[in-house]
Amino acid sequence: MRAYQQQAEIVRSEKLSDDIYRFTVNMADIAAGSKPGQFVMVRVAEGLDPLLRRPFSIHQVAKGGLVQILFKVVGRGTRALAGMQPGQQLDMLGPLGRGFAHDRPGQHYLVGGGIGIAPLLFLAKRMLKTVEPSAIRVLLGAATGTELDVLGEDFASLGIDVQLATEDGSLGEEGLVTELMASLPPGEGTVYACGPYPMLRVVAGISRKKGWECQVSLETMMACGLAACLGCAVLRRDMNGYVHACKDGPVFNADEVAWL
Amino acid sequence: MAIEQPDMRVSIGPLHLQNPVMTASGTFGYGEEYGSLVNLHRLGAIIVKGISLRPRQGNPPPRIAETAAGMLNAIGLENVGLERFLAEKIPFLEGIETPLIVNILGDSVDDYQELAARLDGEEKVAALEVNISCPNVRHGGVAFGTDPEMAHAVTKAVRDHFSRPVIVKLSPNVTDITVIARAVEEAGADALSLINTVLGMAIDIEAEKPKLANVFGGLSGPAIKPIGLRMVWQAAESVSLPIIGIGGITTPEDAIEYLLAGACAIQVGTANFINPGATEEIIRGIGKHLTARGIDSVQELTGRARRR
Ligand SMILES: Cc1cc2nc3c(=O)[nH]c(=O)nc-3n(C[C@H](O)[C@H](O)[C@H](O)COP(=O)(O)OP(=O)(O)OC[C@H]3O[C@@H](n4cnc5c(N)ncnc54)[C@H](O)[C@@H]3O)c2cc1C
Ligand SMILES: Cc1cc2nc3c(=O)[nH]c(=O)nc-3n(C[C@H](O)[C@H](O)[C@H](O)COP(=O)(O)O)c2cc1C
Ligand code: FES
Repeated sequence: MRAYQQQAEIVRSEKLSDDIYRFTVNMADIAAGSKPGQFVMVRVAEGLDPLLRRPFSIHQVAKGGLVQILFKVVGRGTRALAGMQPGQQLDMLGPLGRGFAHDRPGQHYLVGGGIGIAPLLFLAKRMLKTVEPSAIRVLLGAATGTELDVLGEDFASLGIDVQLATEDGSLGEEGLVTELMASLPPGEGTVYACGPYPMLRVVAGISRKKGWECQVSLETMMACGLAACLGCAVLRRDMNGYVHACKDGPVFNADEVAWL
Repeated sequence: MAIEQPDMRVSIGPLHLQNPVMTASGTFGYGEEYGSLVNLHRLGAIIVKGISLRPRQGNPPPRIAETAAGMLNAIGLENVGLERFLAEKIPFLEGIETPLIVNILGDSVDDYQELAARLDGEEKVAALEVNISCPNVRHGGVAFGTDPEMAHAVTKAVRDHFSRPVIVKLSPNVTDITVIARAVEEAGADALSLINTVLGMAIDIEAEKPKLANVFGGLSGPAIKPIGLRMVWQAAESVSLPIIGIGGITTPEDAIEYLLAGACAIQVGTANFINPGATEEIIRGIGKHLTARGIDSVQELTGRARRR
């Protein structure tokens, strides 16, 4: 798989809530080559501090070589990134990693928690090239409604059934996205999930009980994104050695990895 | 009239390179990982991830943490082991003209010796770089590189079983680098490379525990450059072996500092993560610097700051 390092112009910056931003950048090579679930490594500062690139899922690609990332401000790097303005150049590396395998029969359940929603819009759009909207269901969860409203509408505008859950009950059902999942009907299906680790562990457990294949996108610390530093280790299911999130993932079959 | 290009070739003892810029072990995978981002044919040499006799799983995560202008790593020397390296990684590297230097590590002197003997039979391997920053399992886990006798023993074992150049990579986690440098010179090394990572740690104040599962890790990146530079200077003063400078090199200027301090070549490590194009930019930048100052050959830079 070919990766590119590019200076990409930020063509649009949207502030979706207090701390969630969506950037649209122009980077044709990355846009052309990327698959849902893959990610980019972004340089958030010009100087040497913060030093490392930050990984972000590809949120969407659009005609004209445009790529979007959706991110939440959680620390120094994402804060610096949020301060960047349209017209500025962003140093991007990608597309990286192994994405979702979505050529599966039956129902498709896209399950996102918090900022883990990011890669699912791209996935839904790609799926719609081969399956009917009725074959896809999207379940999204977050702490509060402002983190979900815009994104929920993006999915709904594709004609896909969307169910929302918020911990404070301000939008959709009150509770966790995993609770929505538990009430899904039985039958042939595949789960595609992204979110915090504790959520993914529950999603993997429910999927196992329902007999569904479950693909999860895992987050780890990463220095290179290129399979060179070996920093992104994830314990294998058999507890005997590690797989690497930037190369073998970030999307794994839930059965490949140990759930601790 | 065409302007003469400066001569970028360097010789590290018996090892001849087209330019002085190499990739530091553990920061460039087995070369292939950077194949679509870097013109591998342009590099001075490719140094691959440290290889042990048997595969190693490495440490539990988290294995890395960012620090001010640097990073900590406790990868735990994860690698595919010698057999898979020979079967799966060397074929790609054989297609690249750039000299291949294999970094080796072991738990005992015997391990190093066997690695040297096995790799001696591999024509593509231009030189070995011996990582002596690992614990000697038979001697209470004390790192080979922190004890002059053990450093001597490892160097000699490799020297006696490998017919091409042997580079010994020194650990900065010692009180006096010159003692180790002399022991290694005395044991027959062809060159020294320094520095490996500097032992450090970081604590997560929310979780109130160390950020690395291994507690301690090796610090690398721009933050360690002054330490590397000082140690290269000291080593250059105490031995007559050629020295390869490592530690925080991110720009051509950083590389030139190391050359001026006494290094005849340099390695780029952590910078590959931040800017995959770093090695090529550094090669071009050194060339420009030489042209701008009317210096004919990069070799003339070596140790120039020492003579002033
Ligand atoms: C493959 C992958 C895809 C990702 N996609 C997205 C995305 O689409 N949108 C988004 O907002 N975030 C995403 N992340 C997480 C994002 O990379 C981190 O939030 C970001 O690196 C934090 O940087 P910071 O400097 O702001 O935080 P720091 O100041 O470095 O740390 C703040 C907090 O974030 C945690 N953190 C730091 N780095 C990472 C990391 N690499 N992964 C997870 N947590 C981290 C730290 O442990 C700490 O708790 C993704 C991570 C991975 C590995
Ligand atoms: C993630 C990582 C892995 C490393 N692995 C090795 C290794 O296997 N063998 C070795 O001799 N040095 C290893 N090093 C040390 C580097 O080769 C280099 O000496 C050190 O990082 C200092 O250079 P830098 O500041 O340019 O990174 C590693 C460094 C990093 C950051
Ligand atoms: S992030 Fe460096 S190997 Fe995966």
